[in-house]
Amino acid sequence: MPEVDLGVTPLRELNAALHRLTPETNERHWVIDHPAGRHAIAAGLNVPVTVEINGPVGYYCAGMNKHATVLVNGSAGVGVAENMMSGFVHVTGDASQSAGATGRGGLLRIDGNASSRCGISMKGIDIVVKGSVGHMSAFMAQAGTLVVFGDAGDSLGDSIYEARLFVRGSVKSLGADCIEKEMHDEHKRAIHQVLTRAGFDGEVDPSEFKRYGSARKLYHFHVDHAGEY
Amino acid sequence: MDATPRTTPRKSATFDDYSLSEIRRAAESGIYDIRGAGAKRKVPHFDDLLFLGASMSRYPLEGYREKCATDLWLGTRFARKPIHIKIPITIAGMSFGSLSAQAKEALGRGASIMGTSTTTGDGGMTEEERGHSEILVYQLLPSRYGMNPDDLRRADAIEIVVGQGAKPGGGGMLLGQKITERVAEMRTLPVGIDQRSACRHPDWTGPDDLEIKIEELREITDWEKPIYIKVGASRPYYDTALAVKSGADVIVLDGMQGGTAATQEVFIEHVGLPILGAIRPAVQALQDLDMHRKVQLIVSGGIRNGADVAKALALGADAVSIGSAALAALGDNDPHWEHEYAKLGTTAGAYDDWHEGRDPAGISTQDPELGARLHPELTGRRLANYLSVMTLEAQTIARACGKSHVRNLEPEDLVALTVEAAAMAKVPLAGTDWIPGSKSDW
Repeated sequence: MPEVDLGVTPLRELNAALHRLTPETNERHWVIDHPAGRHAIAAGLNVPVTVEINGPVGYYCAGMNKHATVLVNGSAGVGVAENMMSGFVHVTGDASQSAGATGRGGLLRIDGNASSRCGISMKGIDIVVKGSVGHMSAFMAQAGTLVVFGDAGDSLGDSIYEARLFVRGSVKSLGADCIEKEMHDEHKRAIHQVLTRAGFDGEVDPSEFKRYGSARKLYHFHVDHAGEY
Repeated sequence: MDATPRTTPRKSATFDDYSLSEIRRAAESGIYDIRGAGAKRKVPHFDDLLFLGASMSRYPLEGYREKCATDLWLGTRFARKPIHIKIPITIAGMSFGSLSAQAKEALGRGASIMGTSTTTGDGGMTEEERGHSEILVYQLLPSRYGMNPDDLRRADAIEIVVGQGAKPGGGGMLLGQKITERVAEMRTLPVGIDQRSACRHPDWTGPDDLEIKIEELREITDWEKPIYIKVGASRPYYDTALAVKSGADVIVLDGMQGGTAATQEVFIEHVGLPILGAIRPAVQALQDLDMHRKVQLIVSGGIRNGADVAKALALGADAVSIGSAALAALGDNDPHWEHEYAKLGTTAGAYDDWHEGRDPAGISTQDPELGARLHPELTGRRLANYLSVMTLEAQTIARACGKSHVRNLEPEDLVALTVEAAAMAKVPLAGTDWIPGSKSDW
């Protein structure tokens, strides 16, 4: 099990070593100590290994992750798991702005709160936040699922496309073209599925959540919608 | 009958035919006009500059005998694998979606013949363009449509798009007619919707964040790829300085004449600077930071011929980029299709409803039948011919100015024909030593 002390090893060296791994590698569990908020830790991983980071990370941790599991034992800065393609990223603390931004696949779990723009422009990623999310979360969200155990700030799902949003607590306000929708069994199953993958098997009742999605009124230009934006 | 002579009916210079037609159109539709291409209004441009050529105090090079090089390196500041292009003309970012797959392939073929680069756009990388572009620049835009680490790694450079000349401060736009199944899948969008991209990046705000974003991209690509920052010309001195501060290897500066696939007419014509007024402030910023030639400057917006190329280089750019001109070389707005342009209510040379996807030339369309009109190999050859002519023209001028490399052209080789151009380009008005706005002018 490789152990890397970022207080000693340069970040560039660590990331280069992780990028050199092949899917057949025997070095399947890496432990990173003393991250000290450095940016772009474990960005661009491309193999199914586990990287465990002990401490807070800076911007873009696990950015564009593919296949790997990245566990952050601490809080994460801006854009954790941005543009993730696949794999699993788990933050035990809070996450700053734009968590999971533009993610195209995989699963992001945040045990604390996520700041503003959580899931902005998400394109297929699934995001589970145990705490609350800030304003403009799921802005222009295209695809994927955002599950929030706590509350959502202003303008949730502004200009949303086909992403599915589930919030257990209150929503301060909905953004343009985002509406509350009826919960059906298929949606409860979807929540259950995502939560199970995130490690919450049976811990949470999906029926406690409310569903939000696109009214699809702004999909086409129309003069009468000018005031909606 | 009153025999008093009547004055000739006079139309208003202010409320001219075009303005009146736009008022009628707006009153009827209730929505702003959307179109493609760049600014059509007349603005100070390279035509307002002249080269002086050699004389008693300057020695020319023999036109057909002495070498005048045109190649350059891009990305020498930080990238482990900088790009070498053979001519100082690159192909600007244009998306698959706004352009047909055939057009993207043709651009790649033409650029590759001439040893230069082409660029993706707001819609991801297609196999057609990667397969036919020897040097491909991959754009990272606010929308992040199709963005993925595999394409980042197989690109030759990465261009972070902050803005473009046709619409500094505006996001992309692709109307439903062009959101076909393939385009929708690449962008993760429902088929047929009017797509409006974001104008700001989703995960960074300002140059301090951008510096960190660039660090992430370098880490993901193991510091191999040159990283460009593209800005629309608006505050070129500060934008250039901030791009340097953010860690750019290359800066792309796009003037208001630069084209777009679609946006509001009012945006195209009323926001941003003509490229002539943007180059010198950008170069000044690079010089003030001791980064001129270390961070390369590519300028675009209204480049049409080798004289424009030479003038841009003389003002301090390292290379130029072309979009609209490249499309014209492929056949855009060709009179050959006049009868079809007429059916669309326009005429060859004026067709700009690129967003409607009905381009008779098969370029700005996703209609398979129209796209099939464009032969990528033949039109790619046409683009290569055009790039070759531009390069030869620039070399002709450079040799006449005594330069053994086109990049050695300098502001001292130029004069201006108008006061405005003299002030913008910071070269003397022809026949004088007057540079309006310079300290010696006080």
